[in-house]
Amino acid sequence: MKKILIVDDEPNIVMTLEYTFKKNNFEVFIARDGQEALDILKNQLPDIIILDVMMPMVDGFATLEQIKKDKRLNHCKVIFLSAKNKEKDIEKGLALGANLYVVKPFSIKKLVEQVNELIQ
Amino acid sequence: MSSIGLLAILGIYLSILFYIAYWAEKRSHSKWTNNPYIYTFSLAVYCTAWTYYGSIGVAANSGLSYLPIYLGPVLIVPTWMIILKKIIRISRVNKISSIADFISLRYGNSRFLGALVTMICVFGIVPYISLQLKSISDTFHIVTKTQSSSNIFTDTTTYVCLVLALFASYYGTRYVDASEKRRGIVTAVAIESILKLVFFIIIGIYVTYFVYDGFGDIYTKAAVLENFDKKNSVGDVTSGINWFFLCVLSMFAIFLLPRQFHTAIVENNKEAHIKTAIWLFPLYLLLFNIFVFPIAWGGNILFEGKGHNSDTYSLLIPQFFDNNFLTVLVFLGGFSAAISMIIVSSIALATMLSNNLLIPYGFIGSLENTSQEKNSKRIVISRKIGIFSLIILAYAIYRIFILDYSLVSIGLVSFVVIAQLAPAFFGALFWRRGSNLGAIIGMIIGFLICFYTLLLPYAIGITNSSNTFVQEGPWGIELLKPFQLFGLNYLDPIPHAVFWSLFFNVICYMAISVSFKGNYRERNYAEMFVDIDKYITNHEDAFVWKGTAYISDIKKVLERFLGEERTRRALTIFNLKYNIDKKITTADARFIKFAENLLTGHIGTASAKILISSVIKEDKISLTEVLRILEESKENIIVNKKLTETSNELQKISEQLKNANQELVNKDIQKDEFLDTVTHELRTPITAIRAASEILHDDDDIPEEVRKQFLQNIISESDRLNRLIDKILDLEKFETGKQKIYLSRNNISRTIKKTLESLNQLIKNKKITLEFDDVNKEIKAFYDEERIVQVMHNLLSNAIKFCSETDGKISIQIIENIDNVEVRIHNNGKGIMKEDFEAIFDKFYQSRNQNVKKPIGSGLGLAICKQIIEHHKGTIWAEDNVTDGATFIFTLPNYNTTEK
Repeated sequence: MKKILIVDDEPNIVMTLEYTFKKNNFEVFIARDGQEALDILKNQLPDIIILDVMMPMVDGFATLEQIKKDKRLNHCKVIFLSAKNKEKDIEKGLALGANLYVVKPFSIKKLVEQVNELIQ
Repeated sequence: MSSIGLLAILGIYLSILFYIAYWAEKRSHSKWTNNPYIYTFSLAVYCTAWTYYGSIGVAANSGLSYLPIYLGPVLIVPTWMIILKKIIRISRVNKISSIADFISLRYGNSRFLGALVTMICVFGIVPYISLQLKSISDTFHIVTKTQSSSNIFTDTTTYVCLVLALFASYYGTRYVDASEKRRGIVTAVAIESILKLVFFIIIGIYVTYFVYDGFGDIYTKAAVLENFDKKNSVGDVTSGINWFFLCVLSMFAIFLLPRQFHTAIVENNKEAHIKTAIWLFPLYLLLFNIFVFPIAWGGNILFEGKGHNSDTYSLLIPQFFDNNFLTVLVFLGGFSAAISMIIVSSIALATMLSNNLLIPYGFIGSLENTSQEKNSKRIVISRKIGIFSLIILAYAIYRIFILDYSLVSIGLVSFVVIAQLAPAFFGALFWRRGSNLGAIIGMIIGFLICFYTLLLPYAIGITNSSNTFVQEGPWGIELLKPFQLFGLNYLDPIPHAVFWSLFFNVICYMAISVSFKGNYRERNYAEMFVDIDKYITNHEDAFVWKGTAYISDIKKVLERFLGEERTRRALTIFNLKYNIDKKITTADARFIKFAENLLTGHIGTASAKILISSVIKEDKISLTEVLRILEESKENIIVNKKLTETSNELQKISEQLKNANQELVNKDIQKDEFLDTVTHELRTPITAIRAASEILHDDDDIPEEVRKQFLQNIISESDRLNRLIDKILDLEKFETGKQKIYLSRNNISRTIKKTLESLNQLIKNKKITLEFDDVNKEIKAFYDEERIVQVMHNLLSNAIKFCSETDGKISIQIIENIDNVEVRIHNNGKGIMKEDFEAIFDKFYQSRNQNVKKPIGSGLGLAICKQIIEHHKGTIWAEDNVTDGATFIFTLPNYNTTEK
C-alpha cells in the first residue's frame, strides 16, 4: 500500500483529496501546514507528497527545501498544488525539485492519474 | 639742500611706502585697504608729475590750456556708472588683467590684436614713464641746486631710478595670476595720491596767502604782465576746437591709459565703489586745479623773463624765499606723483608684455611641459624683468631723447598714441558688428598717422636736423606737411594729430567691420561683451563651441599652471555651479570657457586659448549657427535666471513629485500584490467546490454521509466566495470614494448593543464572558450607524475568533475624551506582535502572515474597518498587550466637535 502525505491548510480541499486517495488504496497522512508535515515525516516515509504553497508558518517552498535535505526522503515524489499560477512560481517550484506543479483549481481524476504515473 | 640729505629723506619716504604696501598686503581683506576711498584715490594715479608740475608750466605759458586735461575726465566720469560698470563686469567674468586682454578677447581672442595693443601701449607709455623720471631728476637737481651730470653713472638720479625699478618689480609681481588684486600697491598709490594733493594744496596756500595776499592780489599784480589777457581767455573758434579735441583726448585717456585700466578695473573689488568715485574723483581733480593758476602767475610775477622753467615754479617759489621745508615737501609730492605712475604703468605694461606678447609668441612652448612651480616662477620672473627693464628703458629714453622737452608735450603725445585704442575699445562695448580685422587695420592706420604727424616731427625736432620736413612737407608736398595734413592748418599739432588719426582709425574700423564679416568667435565674444548683464552669472553658457574634448586632458593643462590643489578646487566649484556629474569625462563649451578663464589670469587670453586648443579638437561652426546657438543660450539664460529665482520652490516640487512617483510605484506594487492575493483567495473556495463536485459527479458509490458533507462544503465555500466578493467591492468603494457615509446623531452604546445582538449566539457557543459596563450610558456621536455596526461586527467577530478557547473574555469600554469618543474592544486570546500593529490593517494581511491555523475570514475585515473609521475622520489602532490578549481601539469625533 502506497503512502501519501497531503499538506494543505484548506480543510475542504483536504477532505476531497483524503476521500479520493483512500478510495484509490493509499495510506493517507494529513498535515495542515509545513511544520506539521515535517513533523509527520520524522516518522513516516510516504511515496508521494502533495504540497500546497501558500500556508501559514512554513510555506510549501520552504517545506520542500527541508524535505530535500533529508536523505531518507530521496525516493519521495513531490507534487505542488497551488493557486499560485504565475510562471515564476511554477519555475521556482520545479527548480526546488518538485516532480510536478499542479495549478488550483484542478481535476481530481487527472491528479490521481498523475500521482499513479509518478509512483510507477 | 645737500644731495645726501635729500637722498636720506627719499630713503625714509620710500621705506614708509614700502611698509604701507607690506602692511596693506597682509590686510588685503580689511576695510582699511578695501574701501571706496582707497579705490578712488588710487584712480588719482591719473595725476602724475605732469599734473603736479606740468600744468603750472602750461598755465604760466599759455593760460587756460591746462584745463581740458582735467575737464575731459570730469565730463565723462558720470557715465562711469554705466560704462565702467560694464567694463568691470566683462573683465571680472573673463579674468581680464589688462586692456590688451580686454580688446583682443572681444575680437575673437585674437593673439595679433593683443600684441598690437601691447605694442601701442609700450610706444605710448614708455616715453611717458621717461617723463616722470625726467621730472624726478629735474626737481632733484633743483632742490639740491646741482646740475644734472652728463655721465649717467655720476648722476644721483640714476640710482634713484634703479631703486624705483627694483621696488616696482618686487611689489608688482606678488601673484602669478595677473587678475589677482594687489592691495599693497593700490593702498600705497592711494596714500601717495592723498599726499601729493595735500602737499600741492599746502604750496598753493603758501603762495596765495603767504607770498601774496590772496587771489585778488595775484590777479592785480599779474594783470599788468604781458599777454595776460590773451592767455586767460578761450579766444576764437580755433582755440575752442583745440580745446574740444584735448577734452576728447583726456576722456579717452581716463579709460584707456594702462594704469587707469589697471586701477579702475583690474583692481576694482566692488562695483559699488564706483558710486564714491563718481563724485570724489572729480572733486579731487578740482582741488588739484584750484591753485594751479595762483602758483603759475605768482611764479610769473616773480620770475618772468629770468629764463626759469615754469614747470618748476612750485619748487622755485619756496626756494626763492629760502623755505627748505616747503621745497622738500613739494618735491616729495611730485616724487609721489611720479612713482605712482611709474609703478602702476610698469606693472600694467609688464603684464601685457608677458601675457600678450612674450608668452603667446614663443614663450608658450617652453611652458607646456614643465611643472606648475617652474611655470609660475618663470612667469613671475619674466614679469619682474619686464617691469625692471621698462623703467630702465624709460630712463634711457629720457637721457637720450627728451632731456629738454617740457612735461606737457610728451604727456599729450602719449595720450594721442593711446587714443588709437578708443574705436576698438568703445566699439567692443556697444557694437556687435565690430570685427577683428577692422580693429587691427584701424589701429595700425591710426598709429601710423599719429607717428607721421607727431612722433616723427618731434623726433626730428630732438635731433635738431633741418626742419624743412615740418615746414614744407616731404619732398615739398604741401598737403603732406605733418602739422597741416591735407591742408588742415588751423589746429595745434596735438589736436591736429588727434583729429586725423582718429578720423582714419574710426573710418577703417567701421568700414572694414561692415564690409567683411568676422568669424564666429568674434561674434560670440561680441554678444558676451555687449550683453554682459545677461551673462553675468552664467557667462560660460554664452560661449559657443563644438567639438571633442576630454576633461582629463584639460585638467592636465590646468594643473601645470594652477597646481593640483587649486585645479581640483576650481573643478569642484564648476561642477557645483552647473550641477554636473563628476563622472562625466567629456568637456562641453562651458567647461572650455571656464578652463580658459582659469588660465587667462596667469598667461593672458591668447595663450590660454592656444594651450586649451592644443588638447581639444574643435569643429568648425558657421556664423549663422553661432547666432542661433547664442539666441538659444540667451533664452536659456533667461529661463535659468527664473529657475534660480524659484529654485527652492522647484526643488520642493520635484521632491513632491519624487514622493508622488514613489507612492505610485508602491501603489502599483500593492495593486499587483492585491490582485495576486485576490485571485488566490478566490481560487481556493473554487478549488474546494470543484473537487467536491467532481467526486460527487464521478463517484456513484459515495457513502451518503460523505455525499452530504461534500454538499455542505460546496454551500459553505460558495458563501465564502460571495462574502469575499462583497468585501472586495466594499473596500473598492471606500478606496475610490464611491462609498457614501451618511452621518447622523447616534448613541454609540446603543449601536454596540445592536451589534452584539447578532453575535450573541456565537458568544454563548464559545462560552465567552462579555464585559460591557456602559451599555445603558447615552454617549452621543455623529456617525453612519450602519457602517459603525459593520466595524463593531468585524472587531467583535475577530475578538470572538481569537478568544482563548477555554476561559474566553471580551470587554468593551467607551471613553469620552475632549474631542472624541473612544471605543476599546479587548479579548484575552492571543496577542498581536508589536511589529504587526500597522500591517494588520493592510488588505489580506492575515492570510499571509498569521501564525495560527487559518480562521475563516477574508483578510479584508480590518482594512474595511480602517476605511470606515477614516472616512469618519477618526482613527483605529491596535494596542500593546501581548501577554494579555489583544485590544483594538477606534475613535469617532464626538458630538460637540462635529457640530462645530
